[in-house]
Amino acid sequence: MKLSELEPGQSGIIEKFTDLEMSVKLMEMGCLPGEFIQVERIAPLGDPMAITVSGYQLSLRKREASTIILK
Amino acid sequence: MKGDLKIALVGNPNTGKSTLFNSLTGLNQKVGNFPGVTVDKKIGYCKLFDGRKAQIIDLPGTYSLYPKSKDECIVMETLVDERNTAHPDLIIFIADATNLKRNLLLYTQVADLKIPIVLALNMMDLAIQSGIEIAIDALSSKLGVQVVPISARNDNGIDRLKQVIGYTGNISTQEDIIAVEELMPGLVEQVREVIPVRAPYAALQLTHQYEQLSFLSTVAKNRIQKIKETCSFHSQQVQAAEIIARYNFINDILFDTLRLKESAKRETWSNRIDQVLTHKVFGFFIFFGILFLIFQSIFAWSAYPMDLIKELFDHLRDFGHRLLPAGVLTNLLVDGVLAGLSGVLVFIPQIAILFGFISILEDTGYMSRVTFMMDKLMRKVGLNGKSVVPLVSGFACAVPSIMSTRNIENWKDRMITILVTPLVSCSARLPVYTLLISLAVPSKRIGGMINMQGLALMAMYVLSIASAVVVAWLFKQVLRSRERGYFIMELPVYRMPRWNTIFLTVYQKVKTFVLEAGQVIIAVSIILWVLASYGPSDHQQRAEEVYQSAVYTKQYTAQEIEHLKASARLENSYAGILGRAMEPIIKPLGFDWKIGIALITSFAAREVFVGTMAVIYNVGTDESNSISIQEKMQSAKDISTGSPIFTPAVTWSLMIFYAFAMQCMSTLAIVYRETKSLKWPVIQFGYMTGMAYLASLVVYQLFK
Repeated sequence: MKLSELEPGQSGIIEKFTDLEMSVKLMEMGCLPGEFIQVERIAPLGDPMAITVSGYQLSLRKREASTIILK
Repeated sequence: MKGDLKIALVGNPNTGKSTLFNSLTGLNQKVGNFPGVTVDKKIGYCKLFDGRKAQIIDLPGTYSLYPKSKDECIVMETLVDERNTAHPDLIIFIADATNLKRNLLLYTQVADLKIPIVLALNMMDLAIQSGIEIAIDALSSKLGVQVVPISARNDNGIDRLKQVIGYTGNISTQEDIIAVEELMPGLVEQVREVIPVRAPYAALQLTHQYEQLSFLSTVAKNRIQKIKETCSFHSQQVQAAEIIARYNFINDILFDTLRLKESAKRETWSNRIDQVLTHKVFGFFIFFGILFLIFQSIFAWSAYPMDLIKELFDHLRDFGHRLLPAGVLTNLLVDGVLAGLSGVLVFIPQIAILFGFISILEDTGYMSRVTFMMDKLMRKVGLNGKSVVPLVSGFACAVPSIMSTRNIENWKDRMITILVTPLVSCSARLPVYTLLISLAVPSKRIGGMINMQGLALMAMYVLSIASAVVVAWLFKQVLRSRERGYFIMELPVYRMPRWNTIFLTVYQKVKTFVLEAGQVIIAVSIILWVLASYGPSDHQQRAEEVYQSAVYTKQYTAQEIEHLKASARLENSYAGILGRAMEPIIKPLGFDWKIGIALITSFAAREVFVGTMAVIYNVGTDESNSISIQEKMQSAKDISTGSPIFTPAVTWSLMIFYAFAMQCMSTLAIVYRETKSLKWPVIQFGYMTGMAYLASLVVYQLFK
């Protein structure tokens, strides 16, 4: 399942990434395989989304979130 | 000033880096330039306890040594290039203790560059409050460097940090965290043949980033390119492997040194605020409320101090003329330099107010929520969520607005915002529109309710927003950017603003504006003053003498003759000659050479148009007399044909011209200062003037 498909309040564990370049940036920001991730809210206009990962909040666009595959 | 020791502050964004910088250096700081990028180089000085003076440089906040933007490249360039003037003897790495894992990623990268480093754990008070326990001594011995817990906001631990800096030696004590030799066998050896770098990791970084590093020669770049090929070095795969290896190291260390007592409370509190501030309805409502407040205050509140500054300078000029002997030098000093200085200082209230607000919004963490809410909407036209604040402030004045684009991280988004902000109808256009609308639009009401002149003014404002959006979209298609459009942004926890940080930001912004853009503004305003006040040989004098003849002195009062003379002087000045020379070019727009003069003089600022018109049409500029200017302009006739000059077609053409044309030297000066290159102000001047010319041409030719 892709991260972009989750609703606010839902969570998952990162399994892998589908885009190598994006994965480097996401890992730098603490999104690592095995990490617990929770969707906090979605912006009023439907994009981007806010997630909690390793104890802090991160905002990313749905297109970017779709490169994260969850277990 | 020179320091005995060079220190660089490195860390993630939102970790309190600037707060630490401010509390180490106080007002003892200056802002300089890094070549080629738009971030400011903030350098300050700090006295250590052993009497040495440390020079501290605040490097841009970044999450990794692999840059997402050109600005972040600066960190790499400064730390790897040993000949760089800012290359530090010591690094203070500042990490957010409440989010240690992610912060340590950059730490491990920087530590591997083998420069002596001290780790400052900031926000220790907040970490303790939210149940995070860090074994400082254990962490210190595992990392092999000094670790100092601080709380920069409360000035806790700063003295301890200074002590530690004092006795940190000049040899790095940390072990290599990443085994570069295992990651890429043989690479370090080969790179060192090209450039003698100290740390193996520096060699690896060079192989990743050689293309964008300005300190490497083309020869060196080509040789590294060869090495990269022979080692079959795949940059992104190596980066991914490196990051995973670093996190493994960090996880091992934190397993022994970090305890979480309970789930973080602060986060949920912040979440609750977000439920309101980013709410579908209330979120926008609150945001537009804040925008309205900012807009009101730069529009209305700043009017008082601005008038005060203008009056003060008017008095100074009167005083100067009375006190100093009459002559060219006095005129230059009083009418040229003093007027130019007044034109610079008059911006201070608007800049101070706007930056007061913006730094509160940034400091509390609200600005990133604005980006979060507006991103989808603004992205469509090539802008950024953060572009909203500069664009709306543009209704008051483009100068502070363009300065405020600094916090848009993405280069392309920032450039587009800078390029289109001057299209937004600023307050200097208002007197121009008021005068011209009164000429072109009858003061009638439609259906007894809507005033037609008000409607015309509103149309000009709507046009300004529409043109900004369309042009932004066009630039989005045209501008090329090597940066990929990421939007992975931290949403920092809400915090109370720190007033001294806000004060320092406002102070720095005002100072930079006065010292840097101010020079250009004063120089250009002196040139414009010379153009409008002097003419070749005795042209002006002869034109004036005409009015001394009995024919005129009988017919007109002394004051009227003064007005006629002023008008004759302007018409025979260099500006008048330029106006005449320009006439063939502006004729298709319906403008005569007198309007040409106003176009030249109002390059200083758009509202000068009204004053110039007053002089040309023999009305004194001293009284408030827009009515009499309006009457004179209305009755102005073409001498050869006898038809009125300011027909609705000409007036509308002129209004459209002022809507689009870059008639503001201060804006160009600030764009030059913000982009650090002549290219952007030239592009901006070119496209805006071109657009204005075409639009006015169409309007005039259709309606004449």
